[in-house]
Amino acid sequence: MSAVTTSFPNTAAEWRLPSRGKVAMAGLIIAESAIFTIFVVAYLFYLGKSITGPTPQDVLETPIFYTICLLSSSLTIHLAAKCLARGIGFAFLGFWLLTIALGGLFLYGTAQEWHRLIYEHGLTISTNLFGTTYYSLVGLHAFHVTAGLVMLVTVAVFGLCGRVEVKQSGHIEVLSMYWHFVDAVWVVVFTVVYVLGR
Amino acid sequence: MSSNAITIPGTQIESRPWVDELHQWLTTVDHKRLGILYILSALLFLAIGGVEALIIRIQLMRSHNDFVSPEVFNRMFTMHGTTMIFFVAMPVLFGFANYLVPLMIGARDMAFPRLNAFSFWLSFLGALLLYFSFLGGTGLYGAGSAPDVGWWSYAPLGSRAFSPGHSSDYWTLALLVSGFGSIGTAINIIATILCLRCPGMKINRMPLLVWLNLVMAGMVLIAITPLSAAQIMLLIDRYLGGHFFDTQAGGSAVLWMHFFWIFGHPEVYILIIPCFAFMSEIIPVFSRKPIFGYPVMVGATVCIAFVSMSVWAHHMFTIGMNSYANSFFTLTTMAVGVPTGIKIFNWIGTMWGGRIQFKTPMLFSIGFLFQFLIAGLTGIMMACSPFDWQLSLSYFVVAHFHYVIVGGILFALFGAFYYWYPKMTGRMLSERLGKWHFWLFLIGFHLTFDVMHIPGVLGMPRRIYTYEPGRGWDTLNFIITIGAFIQALAILVFLANLIISYFKGARAGNDPWDAWTLEWSLSSPPPAYNFATVPTVASRRPLWDLKHPEDPDSRYE
Amino acid sequence: MLRKSSTVRFLVQAILLLFSAVTVWASEPKGSSPQGTNIFAPASTPAKSIADLSVFVLVITGIIFVIVFALLVYSIVKFRGRAMDTGREPPQVYGSMQIELAWTIIPILIVVVLFLATARVIHAIQDAPEPAGAVQVTAIGHQYWWEFRYPKLGIVTANELHMPVSDPSHPTPTFLQLLSVDTDHSFWVPELGGKTDLIPNHPNRMWMDPQRTGVFLGQCAQYCGTQHAKMLLRVSVDGPEDFAAWVRAQQSLAVEDTGATAGRRVFESNACMNCHAVAGTAGDGRFGPDLTHLMSRATIAAGAAKNTHDNLRLWIQDPSAIKPGSLMPAMKLSDADLDAVVSYMETLR
Repeated sequence: MSAVTTSFPNTAAEWRLPSRGKVAMAGLIIAESAIFTIFVVAYLFYLGKSITGPTPQDVLETPIFYTICLLSSSLTIHLAAKCLARGIGFAFLGFWLLTIALGGLFLYGTAQEWHRLIYEHGLTISTNLFGTTYYSLVGLHAFHVTAGLVMLVTVAVFGLCGRVEVKQSGHIEVLSMYWHFVDAVWVVVFTVVYVLGR
Repeated sequence: MSSNAITIPGTQIESRPWVDELHQWLTTVDHKRLGILYILSALLFLAIGGVEALIIRIQLMRSHNDFVSPEVFNRMFTMHGTTMIFFVAMPVLFGFANYLVPLMIGARDMAFPRLNAFSFWLSFLGALLLYFSFLGGTGLYGAGSAPDVGWWSYAPLGSRAFSPGHSSDYWTLALLVSGFGSIGTAINIIATILCLRCPGMKINRMPLLVWLNLVMAGMVLIAITPLSAAQIMLLIDRYLGGHFFDTQAGGSAVLWMHFFWIFGHPEVYILIIPCFAFMSEIIPVFSRKPIFGYPVMVGATVCIAFVSMSVWAHHMFTIGMNSYANSFFTLTTMAVGVPTGIKIFNWIGTMWGGRIQFKTPMLFSIGFLFQFLIAGLTGIMMACSPFDWQLSLSYFVVAHFHYVIVGGILFALFGAFYYWYPKMTGRMLSERLGKWHFWLFLIGFHLTFDVMHIPGVLGMPRRIYTYEPGRGWDTLNFIITIGAFIQALAILVFLANLIISYFKGARAGNDPWDAWTLEWSLSSPPPAYNFATVPTVASRRPLWDLKHPEDPDSRYE
Repeated sequence: MLRKSSTVRFLVQAILLLFSAVTVWASEPKGSSPQGTNIFAPASTPAKSIADLSVFVLVITGIIFVIVFALLVYSIVKFRGRAMDTGREPPQVYGSMQIELAWTIIPILIVVVLFLATARVIHAIQDAPEPAGAVQVTAIGHQYWWEFRYPKLGIVTANELHMPVSDPSHPTPTFLQLLSVDTDHSFWVPELGGKTDLIPNHPNRMWMDPQRTGVFLGQCAQYCGTQHAKMLLRVSVDGPEDFAAWVRAQQSLAVEDTGATAGRRVFESNACMNCHAVAGTAGDGRFGPDLTHLMSRATIAAGAAKNTHDNLRLWIQDPSAIKPGSLMPAMKLSDADLDAVVSYMETLR
């Protein structure tokens, strides 16, 4: 045992560490990427292995318009974040609501496609391997879009009440990281399902 | 003990009603309390998992025994494995990480205290879900049914067709829920370490425990998530008619194996790396020398983390992969032994030229070194895939992984308990009881797990509720069971030590071991806010610098 | 302090002695009795290649163990703190790049050597071509029994496999194709070879060329459900004439014994023939083992019980008395019907 005087020097020079919100979101993104990777691997592995039922070539139509919607929402949220950082509250809100609209449009597109697949082509999650892997992968992504939209709408509500200010721009940037991730995942899913898979 | 009050000597502190104390504990977001909650929860499930093991061992004591039915036995080994990995090992290691990481980096709490609490309670909920299966499993005859598909739940055994009822669902949901808790904790640990270090603590000045928990947390992010994905796929198969692992619809049972082991192998490194961390803190202090080769220890750990993501199919050598795949995984598995061996050499290098004190934490550390060496070598044997075609799925494997988990992980954990209990409670654990614990456990451990290699070599497969007489397995199994009971006795001694010392142990003071990391500069237990003033550090051993101002580490870094 | 360290040393040496004794004992080739399942008593080329490689690996790991263990014991003994040291710290050494390089490079070299030795054996066993004289067997895993078909010989049997002994100069190995109808299983007869899994929708292939006659035992090694423990294997390696005789007997239709017509009627009128086949009768069920030559087998219920009158009777009356969790239902036959059908079974030689 020894007696220690706990008098550490208090002078701290410039000590800059990354923001914990951004690090945490990066960690979450890495974890979610691993989950999506497993679903993508399953999708690719099972291509061409369905015993029965409709194949991707038979039923899939490339959702170009809705993809453009989602990808542009990345641009709009980026602009929203920049406007907020500069203190232009009105523009921030405008771009933010546009992002929500574009994201909502994308979800509508997915719903429309699923409706067509189920009722016109009889493809469900239990039809065959293609059905299982398609609905799981696209559904997982749509779930993440929905969760993102919930968060965006929550911020929109606070924004419309005038509570979102420059000092929250750090949080807004963290949220927009998530939204960019969701878009990036769509790029991968789109490529795998609608380009490679056919 | 109250970590919410400043310990002012000589002042009467009013004790609170116990309901208030309980409420404090249930709603806490303090990393120290959450750490202790993780540890206590793990100890509870250690006892339960241990009872499950004893039931297994009694049944296998002799051939054609009928202590339990095959159904009950199959539930026992499934629950034992699942409990020990997910509800003992992971929580206790997260608990120590939670307690120690902020203290060692000079922070006041973890980066996200509420996420911390949420993650703990998610993990505890997972454990409750798993054990609820005993009541709610299939709902037949008023008694439920725990899962009985093995802790890997291989497809198609885990599918609706072969596991009707809900027992498999409890297994799946329990792991899914606690998996999310683990991811939350991992994110918290990474954010804490990268963003909350005190001034002067550059990345290459962090204690090795902090470094290794950073690596472990990173691995959790990419290793636990494949299991979560596979669990979701299994639920889709079981409930939405999916065909991910439905071999009748063209699905692949092997795909489940790949997904499971992509999680399963890094998982065992996730478990052992924090134990390497304990050893890297304890061995230097009790050898009175700094860790030998700090940069190499960091590098080797990072190397292990990367290489361990490429070895998973060594659990699948018998499933019929082609010779190129088998050769590849043989090579990577042998390769991961190199950085691991380097770490063992570095610990011996730390002891070399030192002045070793054989207190209880050091006894357990020496046991760890000896046993982890053997476990690693039996691992190399099984890395060699043709040898594994004989040893796989036999009691040799069971002996190997228990050697790692009990002989390695549990011994390191015991060392950590004896080392940090004084900091957490303000009291020393009894050295006398500690030595009884150590020697009893050592003898029981070796009696069980040294001998257990032999039935494997003699052809005894695993997961069998009984076996034929005349194969030469009877006496060996009997000896193994005796060892199990000796270990149980040792655990009782340990639990007694924990409880008795809490009330009667010698007061610990700030720094009973004359150690060098920041947690020893605080009172035992530390105040709720940890540091009154955030420290500034100039080397890897800030307290060494303070105690030896004539020869500080900062001169040599 | 001295007493304590010598106790430590003694115990540690005792453990080392025990471990090396066990390793040496385990690696000695042993004679095989009919009950032997020792991986170090190989009777076939794949098992022998594995055993030889294993000894090589054991020697190398043994040497590593001795060296590292000696270093550990030496450091514990030589550098133990003595009472007079209190307060004095030893020289604080931070590391040494040369030492680190040395104990990195040497293990890498060991890994390279081990890997090359292993890769050769992997290739030799897995990529062995199938010679013209090979016997082909299809093994199909069920919960909880083994179906064996010899497609080229027109034989269907269950649980007990017959192979011809293979002469190294004119090898007649047996090549197995491994399939499964339900869950994963694993074919493991330790003295004849390593194990290979039977996985549904994933055919596998393995081979054995047993070089001495006798009975070799094994069992399912991949957990497949409740009665995984009693899915035993019995391989009979026969000399050329014995094997030919066995093949001829198995190829024939069921013996027609007029003294057992009552039993045969019980078999055909209850649900028995939905699951079981008896060649030459109306029974062609594939869910359970083929019973055409039931009496040629030494055991029933995949090795769970000896093939005796009493066991057979008990098994048909209530399978869960012998193998609880087996998928064969208790047929709830009357005593008269039960005795009749057992007599019928006993004619199926």
